Amino acid sequence: MKFAVISFPGSNCDNDLYYAIKDALGEQCDIVSSKTYNLDAYDGILIPGGFSFGDYLRSGAIAKLSPIMRAIKKAADDGKFIIGICNGFQILTEANLLPGSLIKNTNMQFVSSWEKVKVVNNKTMFTNNYKKDEIIKIPVAHGEGNYYCDQSTLKQLQENNQILFTYQDNPNGSVQDIAGITNKKGNVLGMMPHPERAVEDILGSKDGLKLFKSILNHKVRV
Amino acid sequence: MYLVKLYVTHKPSILDPQGEAIKKALHNLNHNSITSITQDKYFEIKIDANCKEDAEKVVKKSCEELLVNQNMETSHYEIKEV
Repeated sequence: MKFAVISFPGSNCDNDLYYAIKDALGEQCDIVSSKTYNLDAYDGILIPGGFSFGDYLRSGAIAKLSPIMRAIKKAADDGKFIIGICNGFQILTEANLLPGSLIKNTNMQFVSSWEKVKVVNNKTMFTNNYKKDEIIKIPVAHGEGNYYCDQSTLKQLQENNQILFTYQDNPNGSVQDIAGITNKKGNVLGMMPHPERAVEDILGSKDGLKLFKSILNHKVRV
Repeated sequence: MYLVKLYVTHKPSILDPQGEAIKKALHNLNHNSITSITQDKYFEIKIDANCKEDAEKVVKKSCEELLVNQNMETSHYEIKEV
């Protein structure tokens, strides 16, 4: 499979993702500039963490206007998989590819910690390598990771099984402990925890690698 | 030329932890009469338009497309010819 990691001005987890895919997963991967207009050569797209455009105005608000976003929307419509991690999640909500918003952590602090994350739905292209309700260890690092949506959106997320990950010890105040959600179609995932930072034992956990393996597993089964 | 003063504020249902932190700091300075404070966004926008209506169209579209996150923010503005 061929993965694209999108690099915006201010992205700083692009290399982490690149090495996670290339070295830990053993698949093809390119870092692609956000000025690019075409992503047809790729099977899936990864939007990394960081501070795109300095997080000016709101996290992800300016990044959503980059040339690459038209190609990302097309890829989403084509059913390709898209994963936004941390700032990538913020960009996907600002671009309306995912519902809700990420607002400031309720404790007013930047959190950088290992979190216990529960796999709520393991019947997706992103989680089929996990067991149902498996507790995994993945790090977070964010100041605006508090997932917010209104009640009717929350109801839709629950009814459509779009909530994939929840925190055991909610570090940011997210509604219903939400750590990661998909779009209704199930091919666009946004999550605040960083799976790419948990792909080798030497990093402290390899629980994140199963997420990327799930995508390969899904492709094989299809 | 028109000058627009645009105020973007959190919706009342959205927690504003910055405002809470600032309120605590002010209480530490003994300004205990302050019961609430929010930190919001203020923009001054100059628009070269033929008439007020045209300028207002630009403001409204800019808010929809970028300046205001409809999920969590609300806005109002003042406009005058300069």
